[in-house]
Amino acid sequence: MIRLGIDVGGTNTDAVLVDDDKVLHAVKTATTPDVGDGIVTALKRLVAESKVDPNRVNAVMIGTTHFTNAVVQRRHVAKVAAVRIGLPAAATLPPFVDWPADLRALVQGPTFMIEGGHELDGRPLAPFNRQAMKEAAARIRDSGVEAVGIASVFSPLNDESEQEAAEILAAVVPGLSITRSHELGRIGLLARENVTLLNAALVGLARRTADGFVRALADSGIRAPLYITQNDGTVSLAEQATRFPVHCFASGPTNSLRGAAFLSGLGDAMVVDVGGTTSDIGCLRHGFPREANSNVEVGGVRTAFRMPDLLSIGLGGGTLVDPADASKIGPVSTGYQLTERALVFGGSELTCTDIAVAAGLADLGERKRVSHLDHRFITAALARCHAMLTESVDRMKTEAGDVPLIAVGGGCFLVPEAMEGVSRIVHVPHQGVANAVGAAIAQVSGEVDQVFQSMKREEALDRAHAMAAERAVRAGALRASLAVVDQEDIPLSYLPFDSLRVRVRVVGDIEAR
Amino acid sequence: MPNPPRRITLDDLEAFATGAWILGTGGGGDPYFSLLEARQHWGAGKSVELIDPLSLDDDDPIACIGQMGAPIAMQEKMVDGPLIARTITMMEKHLGWKFKAIMMWEVGGNNGFQPFLAGALLGLPVVDCDAMGRAFPRADMTTFAIRDLPAYPWTMIDIRSNSVLLTEAVDWTWMESMTRKVCTAWGSLAATCKAPRTGRDAKVSSCLHTATKAMRIGRAVHAARRAHTDPVTAVVASEQGLLVFRGKVTDVLRRASEGWLRGTVTMEGLDENRGETFRVDFQNEWSVGWQNGDVRVTVPDLICLLDTVSGEAIGTETIRYGQRVSVIALPAPAILMSPKGLKHVGPRAFGYDLDFKTIFPEAVR
Repeated sequence: MIRLGIDVGGTNTDAVLVDDDKVLHAVKTATTPDVGDGIVTALKRLVAESKVDPNRVNAVMIGTTHFTNAVVQRRHVAKVAAVRIGLPAAATLPPFVDWPADLRALVQGPTFMIEGGHELDGRPLAPFNRQAMKEAAARIRDSGVEAVGIASVFSPLNDESEQEAAEILAAVVPGLSITRSHELGRIGLLARENVTLLNAALVGLARRTADGFVRALADSGIRAPLYITQNDGTVSLAEQATRFPVHCFASGPTNSLRGAAFLSGLGDAMVVDVGGTTSDIGCLRHGFPREANSNVEVGGVRTAFRMPDLLSIGLGGGTLVDPADASKIGPVSTGYQLTERALVFGGSELTCTDIAVAAGLADLGERKRVSHLDHRFITAALARCHAMLTESVDRMKTEAGDVPLIAVGGGCFLVPEAMEGVSRIVHVPHQGVANAVGAAIAQVSGEVDQVFQSMKREEALDRAHAMAAERAVRAGALRASLAVVDQEDIPLSYLPFDSLRVRVRVVGDIEAR
Repeated sequence: MPNPPRRITLDDLEAFATGAWILGTGGGGDPYFSLLEARQHWGAGKSVELIDPLSLDDDDPIACIGQMGAPIAMQEKMVDGPLIARTITMMEKHLGWKFKAIMMWEVGGNNGFQPFLAGALLGLPVVDCDAMGRAFPRADMTTFAIRDLPAYPWTMIDIRSNSVLLTEAVDWTWMESMTRKVCTAWGSLAATCKAPRTGRDAKVSSCLHTATKAMRIGRAVHAARRAHTDPVTAVVASEQGLLVFRGKVTDVLRRASEGWLRGTVTMEGLDENRGETFRVDFQNEWSVGWQNGDVRVTVPDLICLLDTVSGEAIGTETIRYGQRVSVIALPAPAILMSPKGLKHVGPRAFGYDLDFKTIFPEAVR
């Protein structure tokens, strides 16, 4: 089975062809302002250089940091309407209440709080105010926003209010993109609402981005199904993924970590992924990224996601170095303009890549363009890079002993050859494209989320596990590789017959066919 | 010498939120929502003064407030400072006189925050003490119940402005069972003003300086995070506590009943506890922990489950499969461990046929 993995990063677009457990070929190209152009370039080179017939590709997996970057860099996020259904509860904490002011100013459109929602025991909290919802819908229509996020109190237990609101909105505002909170989150109104609103703000971008991906594939003569990688290391068909772009948050680092595990054969290790703009440090446990426990912030917004536990620092190949002070490195980066702005490429700005080339650690551009740099300055700047990485790896370590560190990413020449607290630095072939490899080997999942009645909890969980496993296998997972990654059950005391809502998620490797 | 009165800053409250959540021993709800509301009040120029209970006159009238209900209900319905403030004015109207200050019913979790919100809204100072020294699920589990102080009158309001004034109750158990029924009918969340107290009650029948303690714990966590050292160890060191277990959650069993959240969490050990198991029961708060099948720690010792990496407290309503958790124990206030105290808050008060034996060696107590 041949899988094509693509990683669209802020600086580089990488593509790899993976045949079962072996990397056939890899290319690295610059990300372009229109991401589709960069993908076309990468695919053309990949096909030409590997001589693999595009028709033999079984699946294409794209991982992208595009949506996370949009939130973090406050670009391309849409203004959205917010509908909270739950008055008279929580009136003092309206939607967007804990968002950073700059992002809030960009995203917050017409915001409404309306009577409705449910209690813990399933009774209505207050009668759903249809009239207020209709008036809100009219104002949303008049405002011209293209997306709305709806969150009602206790919607994970009873989604009636969100459904009613969605129906009214769809009728009054044709074409409005609607995100309902119960589709995305768990108990915890504010965090669930935040995720819902972020999702609404990104749906337009996701649709345009996915269209670009589809065109790029078609232009390259590839007709295999397109999947987009999610932050739990699995993939979703592009169409589904564009409805829920928030699920792609942090999928890039997840792919890097999974790619590092695949390329090194190590299941337990630290990983540093030095990209063009940042270095991400994570931790592999049994081949999977260690997850962050608590509430994860995305661009300063508190969410309730499962995400890899990562430390990101502003250090990468494109990171700017102060020519007057070698200790001043970053956080500003040339981003995708590295090949225009860095000295070795004929530009006028001093970057970490220039330092590495001058030190003989990397062979990029023209070395003579950095021959004027003072030897002591180069040593000092490199020492600073090493110190930044060493400190970050130490912060992410959770065990006392020395552990191996896998160095990946296009800028991994910045990683020192030895590090305190690290048993060895592991370099792997194709280390510059580990993220694209991670995308190519992404797993598939099977999920069950339903109410079981008239049975013991153990039986309900067993049945849910079996159903989720069956769905994963049907989606292409190898049965022997299945593992439960998420499980949650809530008793619904308002329903008769010992009702239990069970949510189970099972993932597995794609079966080679 | 009592501590001088002190103007509470938003910085103090940020630390208090982290510390109070840890003292919540899994219950009382995450103070985050109250912190969000406090940021609005403090941003608008409001604030409160924290006063030492030892500086009160014996007959100073003190309001004692908190929310009651299931933390899971608070996750969705959140908090509302104006509502909790209204329970105080409702009580004042009934009594015919005004309060001089507000004290915490329960320092642990979100409830510790309520006097700060109400104080900012009503312009009243907050007394540095509470009636639990942690969080507990029931009104008869307070120092006031242990000292047999009157349990009434009592006011309570829900989000729809249903309100109840309870003018008499035989004891705290009756007060608990009557108000619990009302609270459940309202959707497992109510704002309450408990039986009014005097300055003398605050001085001799409460847990002293617990707001300061919560702020101290919060500062220890924040300082450890800034220094990239282990925040869990920092809490243990700051409070002469004990690290009991480090592990990963393998199962969470929850059931909502009678307005409470009950259940059991099972963990398997990591690091030095590899190969071991830990099980902890909860009734809103963590109540009893078993290591490898043997009882290891019980109420009233404070059982706190913290995020192993961030040191953030983990609540019984938010703990989930796969989380990496550190179980620590903190010493309980002496009044809870007295023979009378144990009748109210010992393992038997939670339905366990167990004698209380503190996890702490004599020297620490």
